This record gives sequence, structure tokens and C-alpha cells, in this order.
Amino acid sequence: MSYLGSTLSPGVAGNQLWALIYVFIIFTGVSIAVMAMNWIERKALAHFQIRLGPMRVGPHGLLQPIADAIKLLLKEDIIPADADQFVFWVAPMIGLLAAFTVYTVIPFGPSQAVSDMNIGVLFMLGVSSLGALGVVVAGWASNSHYPLIGALRSSAQMISYEVAMGLTVVSAVLMTSMNEKGIGTLSMIGIVQEQQSQGVWFIFKFFPLGLIAFVVFAIAMIAETNRAPFDMAEAESELTAGYHTEYSGLRWSLFMLAEYAGMIAVSSIAVTLWLGGWLRPFPKLLSAPAWDVIFSLFPALTFFGLTAVAIVGAVRMPGYSVFRIQRIGLAGFAAVLGLIGMSLLVIAIVGLSPARRLMASFRESVGYVYWFVLKVAVFMYLFIWYRATWPRYRFDQLMKVGWKVLLPISLGVLVVTAIWALEGPVLWQWLRELV
Amino acid sequence: MTPVATPFFFYMLAGFAIGGGLLVITRRNVVHSALALIVTLLAVAGLYLMLYAPFVAGVQIVVYAGGIMVLFLFVIMLVNIERSSKERRFNRIWPVGLTASCALLALFVSAFVKGNALFPQRMMTLPESSNTQQIATMLYGEAGKMGPYTFAFEIASLLLLVAILGAVIMTRKKI
Repeated sequence: MSYLGSTLSPGVAGNQLWALIYVFIIFTGVSIAVMAMNWIERKALAHFQIRLGPMRVGPHGLLQPIADAIKLLLKEDIIPADADQFVFWVAPMIGLLAAFTVYTVIPFGPSQAVSDMNIGVLFMLGVSSLGALGVVVAGWASNSHYPLIGALRSSAQMISYEVAMGLTVVSAVLMTSMNEKGIGTLSMIGIVQEQQSQGVWFIFKFFPLGLIAFVVFAIAMIAETNRAPFDMAEAESELTAGYHTEYSGLRWSLFMLAEYAGMIAVSSIAVTLWLGGWLRPFPKLLSAPAWDVIFSLFPALTFFGLTAVAIVGAVRMPGYSVFRIQRIGLAGFAAVLGLIGMSLLVIAIVGLSPARRLMASFRESVGYVYWFVLKVAVFMYLFIWYRATWPRYRFDQLMKVGWKVLLPISLGVLVVTAIWALEGPVLWQWLRELV
Repeated sequence: MTPVATPFFFYMLAGFAIGGGLLVITRRNVVHSALALIVTLLAVAGLYLMLYAPFVAGVQIVVYAGGIMVLFLFVIMLVNIERSSKERRFNRIWPVGLTASCALLALFVSAFVKGNALFPQRMMTLPESSNTQQIATMLYGEAGKMGPYTFAFEIASLLLLVAILGAVIMTRKKI
């Protein structure tokens, strides 16, 4: 209990119990987020295409992910006779392990992370690149044509886009060294704190260099997670389902879990490096205490908004008697959302008085986690949006974009960032005199 | 804060590394060998971490386990495993391998026996948090001064650049 209210992450403080609790919370949270993402993706895609999407299981198909999960758990687990048994068995676990190991260093707040490594970014890039192994090995072990081609494509794609991704990350790390000491950091928490002390999100630093690096990273991370429009590894029109064609039931769902967990993980890297991590918008410009209070009401307001949407849904439910259970269910869901919103509101208001130390630290944690999750959620929506909007790339186009467009741009941004960081003011003076 | 680098972890990681290494040379199926090699590389990365060298461990994972092994698998997957695993080896390299491994073993044994005289008694006490920074000052030097390894580092990177350019040129149809 003494750990509560500490300003260190449990890994740094050496508190194994709380590290375990954090791991459990994050694992549960990510699993719930993946289920929610599943529902939102199907719903949003349907609305993009002027369909209704899942409507039958639960009100507005809200229970569809749970029904899917039960179906996948109960399905027969088939291992093809000619498959390499052991590798077939181990492949989904490699992917899942890599996707979830990354979460140990994701900073949801200055102390709201399992641990803080001083090689945080490097660790995240390395472990998430291990996820490619799961895909490659799964495709090979299936001993079938479509999975093999999917795996080949996936490995080629991941290797090509990792280069551009790494170079843009280096240019962001370079920006962290722009302080008085001239010493940068690779730690995820350190990077966000550096953005805080420099008073600028790195996406706006050295405008437009930070923005270009961010855009290159945002494109590379879609390719890295095998999502549309770069989902060559599972292009259903050419390869049925790509590398997981031969997988069924629980193993297939492990692949899906790994894919979505990986999407959240790379979005968190982008948010941490360029979008200020857990920092609320305009921490310098609107730094008055009143603004702090207003921004701390946002979590509660978000949940109240969701409650309002659920209530509208319950009211607008058709009046036939068959819809009664659905209406009651949706109203109950609205009540749960409203209760969460109310408790967040209580925390935000009671925590204002610094005398209640525990409540005050809760209030801060809620704020940090809220802003971080909100930024990541924007990225998750973008993933869906891309998938609904853009046609799939051809494989040679994909390679061309990776090697001939993104790689030179990221190299150029790195070099120009370094020059600007070293000699920026001098160069600026020289240019002004020239003009 | 108690250190987690207990002997138990050392022996576990070393066991994984040696077991993986043995599997690499005993499996007939090349993909299994490659997977065992990944286990070895990750275990070695863990050993680096125990030596308070997190940067080297991270680079080991990024470059070897993540990059090179994926490339290895990429090439191996195109090989017809069933035919190649039944093929007999046609070149005799085992005498060379035996000689090399015996020489390596002799080196290790002599280092183990005469270690006290060869190596400094003092343990390096680099703070873990500035390990990455120390590597940077070694490679690039501090403000204005060349580091002890700057020249060697630049030469090595030039060599790599030449290799990359060579690979790019060789992919062109007409040289």
C-alpha cells in the first residue's frame, strides 16, 4: 500500500507486487480494448459502406465480440496433417508474446508504466520486430502455398519498412537532446518529460521536420502491422487469408489478438515520440490552474457523452416487444457508463484539494491515462479509416514506396534535423542576412 | 533496490544459449535450426543485460533476432526442406570445424586458468543509466575531441556502405 502515490513506476521502484498488478491491469485493459476495437471496426466499416454492421447480438451488436470469442474458443482446433506440428503450435505464441511484451515500457503516465528502461524505444522496436517472426514461421509451418507466399511478402515488407521507421525514430530521439546538457534519452518516459520541459510536442518541433518524420512513421507503422492498405500478407483476393489460412479457432484468435495489440503498441510509440504522450493539450499556453481544472473534467465528460449516446439508442429502439430486452440492456449499459463518468467526476473534484493526497494522485493518474488513451484511440480510428478508404497496394508498389520514397525522406529528415539542431541559429542568421 | 542479476538467471540464460546452439547444429531441418539460433541470440541478449549493457542487448535484439534472422528465414523458406534434409553433405568441412572449435576451447581454458593475470581485477562500475551515453562518447568523442574508437568506427561504417552499394549495383541488370 505504501507504493500508492509514489512518483516512480513499479519497475524502477523495484516493487514486484505492484509491477505484477500493473501487468495484470494492462493485460486486461488491452484485451478489452481489442474487443472494443473489433466491434468499432466492424461497425465503422459498415457505416462507411452504408450498411448496418452487426445488429443482432445485443443492442447494436454490442455483444458481438463476446459471441465471436466464445465461438472461437469452442471451435475445433485443426492442425493440418502435413504441417510442422511444433512450429505450427509455437508460431501464434511468438506473435502474441512479442505484441504484449512491448507493453512493459509504454508510459501511460510519468509513473503509470510497468517499468522505465533507459533503452525504451530500442526495446520497443526490437521486440515488435520479433512479431514478424511469428508471421513468417506460421506461414512456413502451414506447409501450404498461400500461407507461404503471405509469409514471404510479410517478411520482405517488415524488413523494408523497419528501416524508414528506425530512421524517423532516430530523428525524434535527436530532438530529445536539445536541452542545456545536450544529452538525449531513449527512455519512453524521458522522451515525454523532455517534450514537457522543452514546451513543445516533437511533431511541431523544427517545423516541418518533426511533422514529416511523424508522417513517415505513421505510414511505416501501418505497413509494419500488416494493415490495409499495406495488408499484402493477408490479401484475401489473392491469398485467401495469407499467413493464417490454415489456422482455426483459438490459434487464429491469438493471431488477431496479436495484430490488434501490435496496432495499439505502435500507435503508443507514435504518441510517445511525437504527440506528447500523457501531456494534455497546451500545457504551456493554457497553464493557469483554472485550465487544469477544466481539462481534468474531460474524462468524466467523455463518459457522459457516451452515456447520452447510449440513452438516445435506448429511446430510439423500436417499440416491438421483441426489442424490450435489448432496450433494457442498452439502458443498463448507459447506467454503467454514467456511473463511471460520475465516479471520474467525483475524483476530479475531490482530488482538487491537495489535502486528500490519495485522491489528488488518483486525479492526476486519471488525467494522464485519459489523454494517452485518447491519442492512441485517434490512431486506432485512423487505422479503420485507412482500411475503408484506400485500395490495397500492389506488392511492387509497396516496395517502391518503402525504399524509394520513405527511406530517402527519412534519411533527409534525419540529416536536416541534425544540422538544424547543431547550427540552427547560425544558419538562420545567415539566411536572414542573405535575404 | 536489490539486483535481479542473480546467478540463477546467468545459468538459465547460459543454458538456453548452449542448448539453442546445440540444436542449431544437430537439427536436420534448417528452419528448426534457425529458430534455435533465435533462442540463442535472445539468451545472449539477456546476458548482455546482466552485464549492465542494455544498449548492446537492445541492438542485439533489433539487429540479430529481429532483422537478420527474419532475412535468414526469408531465404530458408524458399528451400525445399524435405529434399535438402535427406541430402548428404558433399564437402568435408568437419576437420576444419573441429580444429577451429578445439582452438577456441583452448583459448577459453587458458583465459579461465590465467584470467587473474590477463584481465584487470577491478570490475567496471558503469552506471546502468548512462551506458548508452558512454558508448556514444567512446564512439564519437566529446565536444570537439575524437573518441578512442572514432576512427575504427568510421572505417567500419565505410566498409558497410561499400557493401550496401555493391549489393545495390549487383541487382541492376547491366553493370
